[in-house]
Amino acid sequence: MTNDIIILPLVVHLFFSILLMLFWNKVNFQKVVSMVGNAIALCVAIWAFIHVYNNGTQIVESGNWPAPFGIVFVGDMLAVTLVLLTAIAGFAVSVFSTISVIKARLRFGYFSVFHFLLLGLNGAFLTGDIFNLYVWFEIIIISSFVLISIGGEKNQLEGAVKYFALNFFASMIFLTALGVLYGLVGTLNMADISLKIAEVKDTTLVEISAVLFLVGFGIKSAIFPLYFWLPASYHTPPSAVSAIFAGLLTKVGVYALIRVFTLIYGGDSFLTTLLLFLAIMTIFSGGIGAIIQNNIKKVFMYFIICHIGFMIGGLALFTEVAMAGVIFYLIHDIIIKTNLFLISGLIYRIKATTNMKKLGGLYAHYPKLSLLIAIPLFSLVGIPPLSGYWPKISLILASFNAQEYWFFGALIFGSLITLIVIAKLWSEVFWKDQPKINFPKKFIYFDQLRLGQKFTFVFPVAFLTFVTLYIGFGAEHIQQLSQRIAMELMNNELYINAVLKR
Amino acid sequence: MRTIILKSASSYLLPVLLLFSVFILLRGHYLPGGGFVGGLVAAIAFVLDAFSNGLDKTKGILKFHPGFFMPVGLMIAFLSGISPMLLAGLPLMTGIWADNPIPVIGAIGSPLFFDIGVYLVVIGASLTIIFTISESV
Repeated sequence: MTNDIIILPLVVHLFFSILLMLFWNKVNFQKVVSMVGNAIALCVAIWAFIHVYNNGTQIVESGNWPAPFGIVFVGDMLAVTLVLLTAIAGFAVSVFSTISVIKARLRFGYFSVFHFLLLGLNGAFLTGDIFNLYVWFEIIIISSFVLISIGGEKNQLEGAVKYFALNFFASMIFLTALGVLYGLVGTLNMADISLKIAEVKDTTLVEISAVLFLVGFGIKSAIFPLYFWLPASYHTPPSAVSAIFAGLLTKVGVYALIRVFTLIYGGDSFLTTLLLFLAIMTIFSGGIGAIIQNNIKKVFMYFIICHIGFMIGGLALFTEVAMAGVIFYLIHDIIIKTNLFLISGLIYRIKATTNMKKLGGLYAHYPKLSLLIAIPLFSLVGIPPLSGYWPKISLILASFNAQEYWFFGALIFGSLITLIVIAKLWSEVFWKDQPKINFPKKFIYFDQLRLGQKFTFVFPVAFLTFVTLYIGFGAEHIQQLSQRIAMELMNNELYINAVLKR
Repeated sequence: MRTIILKSASSYLLPVLLLFSVFILLRGHYLPGGGFVGGLVAAIAFVLDAFSNGLDKTKGILKFHPGFFMPVGLMIAFLSGISPMLLAGLPLMTGIWADNPIPVIGAIGSPLFFDIGVYLVVIGASLTIIFTISESV
């Protein structure tokens, strides 16, 4: 069957994860297999994307059980786009991992768990069943616990405990929300819930379940009062792990929010006001957090929080223009945030530190590399015609049309503060002379690496930068895609009809 | 715990418990039982043997490192999951069954192989945990 294509990314990652387990002790072999596996997953994701792009929403009913009863996998445009982005980010990070993660960590099944994480992410994007979504979230957090604590340094474990505690708490709340919702409508298929929730008379309970979902997904996507676990944990694991966490783990929370609040609780006025308030506060707190940090990894972490606010706010506006902006921003953000953490890993390899006070003179010694790094940094700020510029136009336009001037102000504030912090980072890390510090002697610096190893370090950054450039200069295509996704999301009967085959 | 009673009992109990675990595995499709419980019973058989004869001898019986059972079991479960896609053109995880049941074992189908996969994963995981703990004590 041709629509089985949408489920192939899952199958590929599961297969490679098991295959890597069979070669537990052969680390060098695992590196090659993981890269090949991610390359295949990338090809399959492109294939699935093209198939859905041409033929519309595809569904797979697992176990051949018809839609409202069995678990369905739904490949609509949003899902396959995110699967494609996961594959791109996963490929880049897997190449980066082969060189940047030390052998002591790789020995404990790093690559196998990495594929499991990607499996969980793909599953979460593709599933059409809300309990199944919970199960994929569990797979994601269990694999991410392993990745965050592998190596077992002291501060790493401290971060892991915080991450573990809050994410488990979020899962519990998610499960409670599921229980309330199932009690109301008696079905778990998201399309079916969407039809049946309109008939529920007890609107208070519907609202309660919506708020529970908001809290559960809010913790995972690090929105305003619930983000404190993120700065405490994301900088502790190796850069490759941080990169995949930053690029995808918080975005899967955003995806779940988008899915649930467009399909199930569409356009509820109390919820949109609440979401908008949270979005504004998220932008402010993330932006202010980014200013005072001196560690570039921590700066990027606060940027994650700040820019989550952009997407949540766009979702709260709940118009087609805003939604197109959100989707475009999501596409831009996944690639750019993954790339930023890879860059921080690269800078660490060059200078053995990620502290801005100790860094400097990068432009004088590595002009070409600095130019490469400048592109994602400027894209993050949103200098036209780079990728961060286009979604912000849609978002600003939508907020202006909806006369939400507070959110409009927050958007401007968020963009401005990004500009200021990136300017500070650029002058501190790249233009300033290298301050006199004692470089650690027992450290393999970038210069001491062989040419092939250097290439492996720079290639993933260059690859993601190329994708960013495409998003910026090919903005027409991405904008068309975002508008199509936004149209599908706002008219959710398309999704429902495809799933229930009406 | 090197008592003569336990030692002589365990040499009989190991095969009996393993056979019992296979029985539980096979009855699991419609009746209580299945791969998970069967795997635990099989793991207990080896743990009992390790109690009475020492860890090294039990490892000698197993031949492989118990951790090796996990990927093998996962691979069997995975293949049973995608077999309907490859063989019959049906969606993922659809149960395909042989027409005629075989005596003793019963009906053969892809869910049985999934259960065998679970059985092996459970043996592998529980033995890896228990052996690692008893080595470090």
